[in-house]
Amino acid sequence: MATYSVSRGTRLNKFLPVIFSAVVALLAFLPKFLQIPYQVKFVQAFILIILATMWNLLAGFGGLVSIGQQAFIGIGAYALVYFADIQGINPFLSLILAGLVCVVFALPLSFLVFRLSGGYFAIGTWVIAEIIKLFTVQISQLGGGSGISLGAFSGMGREMRIAAVYWSALVTIFLVLLSTILLMRSKVGLALTAIRDDQTAAGVLGVNVQQTRRLIFLLVSIGFGLAGGLIAMSNLRVQPDDIFSVNYSAIMIFMVVIGGLGSIEGPIIGAVAYYFLQDKLKDHGTLYLIILGVLGILIVTIAPRGLWGFISREKISLFATKYRISENKQKEGA
Amino acid sequence: MVWTNAIIQGLLTGGLYALLASGLSLIFGVMRIVNLSHGDFSILAAYGVVALAIHSNMWVGILVSLPVMAILGYLLQRTILNRSLSQGALAPLLVTFAFSIIIQNLLLQFFSADNKSIQTGRFASMSIHLLKNLQIGILPLVTFLMGIFVTLTLHVFLNYSRVGRALRASSDDPGAADLVGINNRHIYGIATAIGLFSAGIGGVLFGMRTQFAPSFGPIALIFAFEAVIIGGLGSLWGTLIGGIVLGIGQSIGAQIRPSYGVLAGHLVFIAILIFRPQGLMPKQKER
Repeated sequence: MATYSVSRGTRLNKFLPVIFSAVVALLAFLPKFLQIPYQVKFVQAFILIILATMWNLLAGFGGLVSIGQQAFIGIGAYALVYFADIQGINPFLSLILAGLVCVVFALPLSFLVFRLSGGYFAIGTWVIAEIIKLFTVQISQLGGGSGISLGAFSGMGREMRIAAVYWSALVTIFLVLLSTILLMRSKVGLALTAIRDDQTAAGVLGVNVQQTRRLIFLLVSIGFGLAGGLIAMSNLRVQPDDIFSVNYSAIMIFMVVIGGLGSIEGPIIGAVAYYFLQDKLKDHGTLYLIILGVLGILIVTIAPRGLWGFISREKISLFATKYRISENKQKEGA
Repeated sequence: MVWTNAIIQGLLTGGLYALLASGLSLIFGVMRIVNLSHGDFSILAAYGVVALAIHSNMWVGILVSLPVMAILGYLLQRTILNRSLSQGALAPLLVTFAFSIIIQNLLLQFFSADNKSIQTGRFASMSIHLLKNLQIGILPLVTFLMGIFVTLTLHVFLNYSRVGRALRASSDDPGAADLVGINNRHIYGIATAIGLFSAGIGGVLFGMRTQFAPSFGPIALIFAFEAVIIGGLGSLWGTLIGGIVLGIGQSIGAQIRPSYGVLAGHLVFIAILIFRPQGLMPKQKER
């Protein structure tokens, strides 16, 4: 009789930590060789990958389709300016605080929006983001409707400042990806995968669906806050209509859908694909968003597993988060 | 007197929100889809009237653009939305969100970001004097009555017509409806057609009252959504009440300070979510 063993990942995965570290080390030295405009482009790409990864964790695994996560992007951005400029805290420490502050907001808000489900949850989160924007506009200390500039870097030279933002973004994306992978390999990750596949069945098997979702809602708010802080750092200005714009949700949804919902690799690929698309198409203005919309619909209806689903065909998993069963052939004679 | 006036104006605006919301409520009731592009379809209908009014007049514009909305709704449902329905709960949300982005940007492409309005001539400024300091605009009054009329029509249609019965059957149990010979896919098409038709009525009346731009769709969607939640999911009359409560909340807020209007409406919505999450008029258990 054949015996079976359950394993996580393949031989590929053994080399992955090495490759992963090598890529990060290489990226860390880039500012030495790369011109400033390219460093800025890398920062933008890093921010997109963080956003896509977080939105996918929420919607792809948690089943919580939100179109209001710009609330936390905005809170993070404003919090960074508040801590760094108004409180005079070190800007890099302020970035961490900007991430953490989002949890303080996310906890009470979760009790509010979790009363809604499905599509109404989606619009509910959006309304919350609008309300937070309307309140922010009323705070004159934060610049009201016209926004606020970040002055914390003003003593620093341009080259040094952009390199500093680049490294902050690199450290953030490294930590976000690492914690996402570790989370998905943990018990919570298993519960999340179960919820993704079948919410009711997961509940029957003893997964506390609501509690797991709330945990994810809180965790991803940190990621969105960090991304918001990074956006403030690289733009040096926060404006309420931009930072709380629902366009962030549109972009995140597009990246995750095109890359492949419910995998770790998908959103990264989607973010990179989106980055190149927008780079090519952004001069076409409105046409560019129409193309994104049409592409999104085509992928959802024809290839719902996205680019990564197309490449991997369920056989490859870079980050070894899934268990798989394999037959042990050599033991057959024993 | 100022307050009475604010409440009456809010009440009349409520009829508009009910119009924007009733289609959203119907589509959700039948297919469990939340149409994230609902507000954009309202604005699309208003632009349709503006475009047609250039060549002929407003009435021709309305008579053409509303049926076009219904046909568009049926076709979109039969071609794209029905396909996405079978891909799980996520897909319809993503698809309707994509519709929203496409419509907004198509409108931007053809009509620019400038504000437009539907010219109604004298009609927009006519009003009746009720009391010394209290007057009601004819247009807000017509909007309000239209809100009641559409809600009543939908009520009668769903409860007493053959197609309405089929709609309720598909909503309750699509499998069983299929067994007794109902073509669910066709029925879903009809639901979306009616939904977008009513969204169009709301959009046209909205466009007669105020100026609008392509970016107004999301705002219309948010108000419609708040009306649905305040009124209670799955109840048409609840949606009408929800729209009225939202309208009154907004106009009282605006009376306190003009910039507080929208915020006050949001706060009414939050208060309902905290203290009465089932809404003011939740759907009664049938029989």
